Amino acid sequence: MLEVRNLHVHYGGIHALHGISLRVPDGQIVALLGANGAGKSTTLRTIMGLVKPSAGEITLNGQSLLGLRPYEVVRRGIAMVPEGRKVFVNLTVAENLRLGAYARNDPQQIEHDLHDIYALFPRLAERQTQRAGTLSGGEQQMLALGRALMSRPHVLMIDEPSLGLAPVLAEGVFRKLQELNDAGQTILLIEQNARAGLSIADYAYILETGDVVLEGPAQELAQMDAVRQSYLGVR
Amino acid sequence: MTVSLFFQHLANGISLGALYALIAIGYTMVYGILRLINFAHGDIVMVAAYVAFYGAAMYALPWWLAFPLAILLTAGLGMIIERAAYRPLRGVPRIQLFTSAVAVSFLLENLGIVVFSGRPKAFPRPAFLDKPLHVGDVIIISYTPVAVAVALILFGGLLYIVHRTKVGMAMRALSKDIETTGLMGVDTDRVIMIAFAIGSALAAAGGILLAIKFPQINPLMGVVPGLKAFIAAVLGGIGNITGAMIGGFLLGIAEIMIVAFFPQLAGYRDAFAYTILIALLLFRPTGLMGEVEPEKA
Ligand SMILES: Nc1ncnc2c1ncn2[C@@H]1O[C@H](COP(=O)(O)OP(=O)(O)OP(=O)(O)O)[C@@H](O)[C@H]1O
Ligand SMILES: [Mg+2]
Repeated sequence: MLEVRNLHVHYGGIHALHGISLRVPDGQIVALLGANGAGKSTTLRTIMGLVKPSAGEITLNGQSLLGLRPYEVVRRGIAMVPEGRKVFVNLTVAENLRLGAYARNDPQQIEHDLHDIYALFPRLAERQTQRAGTLSGGEQQMLALGRALMSRPHVLMIDEPSLGLAPVLAEGVFRKLQELNDAGQTILLIEQNARAGLSIADYAYILETGDVVLEGPAQELAQMDAVRQSYLGVR
Repeated sequence: MTVSLFFQHLANGISLGALYALIAIGYTMVYGILRLINFAHGDIVMVAAYVAFYGAAMYALPWWLAFPLAILLTAGLGMIIERAAYRPLRGVPRIQLFTSAVAVSFLLENLGIVVFSGRPKAFPRPAFLDKPLHVGDVIIISYTPVAVAVALILFGGLLYIVHRTKVGMAMRALSKDIETTGLMGVDTDRVIMIAFAIGSALAAAGGILLAIKFPQINPLMGVVPGLKAFIAAVLGGIGNITGAMIGGFLLGIAEIMIVAFFPQLAGYRDAFAYTILIALLLFRPTGLMGEVEPEKA
């Protein structure tokens, strides 16, 4: 289980996270929802060690992740698909995926996982030797997801997978996440699109300018009037 | 000009170019990853020549031991410079990184003057490199093919590392996006250090070839070849390794040919390289093989 307790983050004078707490139990999809600037990306980036918190605790299975560099966090079992995908445009699709397995030392298993990723995303298999820069946005999102999976993460964190994708494509991504979760993958999902996030999540947190203002089982949140009005656009 | 004389000059230009190319790669690798012009790179060339000199002349090591040892130690020096002068400055405005590089350059030059003394030293030139070789009418000394062969072998090794190994893949990723490379589980600082080690090792090989070609070494000997190699890197498209090799050879050949065809311009030999730089910056700043890409923050 990934656990964040009372996390504070400052960017210079800006107090971006005001002591948020959240838990990502094994086997679940947990969604972190909120509008632009709420602090969603900051939360993930802090968990990865890209941003230093000013206070709080982050643990994976009881062990603290504080002070670790990003590559060490990855080696502890957390992978992040960054906002905007950030595939390596100068590397081929296959190289991007292999880079995701950089910290691993089991070549045979890596080949095996590579096949699994290609089975999950047949489009990537067709484009193995193509440079990632030539992929469409949807394909790049698949690649970024596959690349993160190649580290065999205990917890997979995804920052706004639907960003910039046509609704059909976004739906495809969410379906893949659901499939992965059915196979046991623990996921922390960030979304602005609350409807999509709640539809696949087990549990959700709603973040507003650095505070968790609501949390609960996703299905319950989806029924609440406050959530429906503010986040699902239902009047 | 006779045909044989032309080939004579060509051979000369190629061997000079091999040396520029070896040095140019270090500039291009470091620029590709950190967007830093490593002003200290030319001085690394000088240190390598002195280390080889001390090994071969003072400790009387055979050249086949002294030279590789000098290359190894210089690679270590490159790593130390990265660790001490550049790594602490990650994420600060780039002008501070440049300033640090200039400081390292002055430090090495002045340490060189103090430690090695400013008086030029005669570099022990291995005798087997002075054999005249007859190729048809053309007479070249054995240094030329050896220098070219050394350069080509090292380039082959480098291209293998960059394109066929895991750490090379990480280097290519790093050159696009350091932060995301770290998210792949890559210890980016370690890979950057390896890149410095490789660039410095190649510069050391260039420095030793330089010291053999012009066997008077002094603590400022790296400055002008360093600048020219930098120009070669820009000519090839800075950040592009193959470009740096090609740029090095082109610059070496062009420099020799200009003097050969226009002897009255001999005094402007160095100015020629700088003219190329200015023309490049004006008309084709991305160089021959460089891609147009937005500045990395
Ligand atoms: N590097 C930074 N320096 C200064 N302020 C920052 C930085 N990154 C984020 N912030 C600020 O912190 C707050 C939270 O930003 P964050 O990127 O975490 O929001 P978000 O919820 O991911 O938003 P979005 O949905 O737009 O991606 C914002 O006010 C933002 O301006
Ligand atoms: Mg964000």
